[in-house]
Amino acid sequence: MKRRDTLKAISLTSLGMAVLPTTDLVAAPDPKPFKTTPARIPEEIERDKKIMADKFLTVAELATIGILADIIIPADGKSGSATQAGVPAFIEFIVKDMPHYQTPIRGGLKWLENHSNKRFGKPFGQITPKQRIEIVEDIAYPEDVKPEFTQGAAFFSQIRNLTVTGFYTTRMGFDDLGYMGNTPNDWQGVPQDVLDKYGLKYDPIYDKKD
Amino acid sequence: MNLFEIKEQPKVYDVVIVGSGAGGGMAAYQLTKAGAKVCLLEAGGYFDPADPKYITQLKNPWESPRRGASTRTRPFGDFDAAWGGWDIEGEPYTAMPGTQFRWFRSRMLGGRTNHWGRISMRFGPDDFRRGSLTGIGDDWPTSYEDYAPYYDKVDRLIGLFGTKEGIRNEPDGIFLPPPKPRLHELMLKKAATGIGIPVIPSRMAMLTKPINDSRGACFYCAQCGRACQAYADFSSSSVLCIPAAKTGNLTLINNAMVREVLTDPNTGLSTGVSYVNKLDLKEYSVKGKIIILAASTCETARIMLNSKSARFPRGVANDSGIIGKYLNDSTGASRSAFIPALMDRKRYNEDGVGGMHVFTPWWIDNKTLDFPRGYHIEYGGGMGMPGFGFGGGIERVNGLYPDKNGNKKKAGGYGAALKEDIRLTYGAYIGMAGRGEPIPLESNYCEIDPNNVDKYGIPTLRYHYKWSENEIKQAKHMQDTFEQIIHAMGGVALGKKPDASTNYGLAQPGEIIHEIGTVRMGNDPKKSALNGWQQAHDVKNLFVVDAAPFVSQGDKNVTWTILASSWRTSDYITEQVKAKNL
Repeated sequence: MKRRDTLKAISLTSLGMAVLPTTDLVAAPDPKPFKTTPARIPEEIERDKKIMADKFLTVAELATIGILADIIIPADGKSGSATQAGVPAFIEFIVKDMPHYQTPIRGGLKWLENHSNKRFGKPFGQITPKQRIEIVEDIAYPEDVKPEFTQGAAFFSQIRNLTVTGFYTTRMGFDDLGYMGNTPNDWQGVPQDVLDKYGLKYDPIYDKKD
Repeated sequence: MNLFEIKEQPKVYDVVIVGSGAGGGMAAYQLTKAGAKVCLLEAGGYFDPADPKYITQLKNPWESPRRGASTRTRPFGDFDAAWGGWDIEGEPYTAMPGTQFRWFRSRMLGGRTNHWGRISMRFGPDDFRRGSLTGIGDDWPTSYEDYAPYYDKVDRLIGLFGTKEGIRNEPDGIFLPPPKPRLHELMLKKAATGIGIPVIPSRMAMLTKPINDSRGACFYCAQCGRACQAYADFSSSSVLCIPAAKTGNLTLINNAMVREVLTDPNTGLSTGVSYVNKLDLKEYSVKGKIIILAASTCETARIMLNSKSARFPRGVANDSGIIGKYLNDSTGASRSAFIPALMDRKRYNEDGVGGMHVFTPWWIDNKTLDFPRGYHIEYGGGMGMPGFGFGGGIERVNGLYPDKNGNKKKAGGYGAALKEDIRLTYGAYIGMAGRGEPIPLESNYCEIDPNNVDKYGIPTLRYHYKWSENEIKQAKHMQDTFEQIIHAMGGVALGKKPDASTNYGLAQPGEIIHEIGTVRMGNDPKKSALNGWQQAHDVKNLFVVDAAPFVSQGDKNVTWTILASSWRTSDYITEQVKAKNL
């Protein structure tokens, strides 16, 4: 089969499929048909059904995660925010899929509430944005953190990693990053202007066509 | 109802093959083409990379609720084609205290060819005679010349890209054009060759040009691990098993968990195999004139060791007692690095083929070193598709270098500045992994666990495997080499350099998934289970065509040699049947 025929055949199958918005993936209990990763074997579907039916994080915990996620990935001139990309729903799923996250995330949120109450007399959700940033400044730089904040910093790094992954694995994240792949193409090497910039060139063996 | 009733198929097949991976698939393909009536038993389900119900290729990460993260069933990610993994429900294995082995299985048509990296290197002449060349290890009963014509045939039938390099122990094949290196690969080549470490185009089984009408050409999505719907890479299902079925001579039985090889108590010949149907949990048997095992190195040994009878009290074809011994996996160690020169890159699609476009073959004479065998280096990097884990550990990198405006920042952070750091560092990471040749040892083995059975009632394997100083010293050399290359690129190695406390990052036995050697070939029936045709010394109509027969594995991932040797054995079987010796 010639490459262009392959490309044609593929564009008729996979690429023609509609892509659902990310927020649909962790669905509220409604009568939609069950949806998870494509091409599952039965035991995988059973497991994902169970995970999605389970609850772990509370509404209040997810609200705090949403606040933190938007501090970590706010909207800027190039793209939207973490909550606009559905990050809390992603984290809600992941902590059920990977139970090793459950204690650090729940405990980290408790650490944050406790610290906020001590410092400002209110839980994290009720203090001002400026006060939140004061706390975040103390836990956002793991190599430069006061001894009393090390557990908070460890928690923040974990939330930061989950938020960054959750954001950049969406269409919004792809566009922000400028990722241009995951599509049929004919790789012809690094563009010439990039080769020139780095002072590199291809060996003549790559010019041979057979 | 008699619970112990065995459902016997009255039909006697010319050949019964156990396992549909590279070895079993090739035997099924060759023997059905030769006109034999073949029954192929596979312990897992059906799989066809082109059938939409199995396709994960070209899906986006948000189509997985875990964004492609690994699961118990798919340890290499939610979109990986292969299901099964290290830890299969109801199919346990154990290891003796103080030893370890991790056993990866793919329970599906095509077996572990659904997972592998398509790295397709021939063994070189030296790889068949390491024992006599170095005084440590053993020679094969066969030589490169025995396999060379079959490597050629495999190259033509299946297809791979590469370049003729004329390196004596890295024999050239019949190659399709290689894909051009990505940017970081050009930088790696320049840096490594500058310090005397060769970097050459990789040799991998993707079709950069079409080779026939039934398979498409590569369209560079970098997702061979998800299986190719255009059949543009090699998987046993698409390239061997499905074409074998199209001959009309193949009976494929899926979900058949083989219990044992059946033998005639009078002649000692094999007569068939018994299996448990995983769907109805009933016992079945299927008869054949010739039995070929290709269930994978450890599963084949398990079947043979479990096939006990008055004639074969130690397991079928195991009069030597050698079966299970000399189990060996590739060594593996890795390191990653951050390359400042790659910050703030121009964006373009550089997915390429699934895996590396260049690699480093072994380049040093071991006489100058304190360990006896070599390794090759595989490279990773580039502007790949984000998946679960993307951006993880940014706090270990973004404090190292100034941003666009020359401001050095504290590591970690948040907000618009963090987003900018993610954009700046995207595509600025590389990884390298060594894959080396171990010394096969009699003291590394699998055996039948006296205390455990799987959920089908089949006795399970117990492993006994420890690395020797040879492999540990090799891993140390890998780590030193990785740092030299990283420094030559102007990069910064990430994490702490693995030291003696972790065996220099040497992977656990089994983790590289290159295990071989449990049913070794040899000329002496007292020291081997099979002759040089992969035919049992003790049972002339029993053959093994996976990697279990291999005496050693070189530093060459063994799939291409499995394919060549299975084809060679298939031709031998056809000749022997024609000559009425079988």
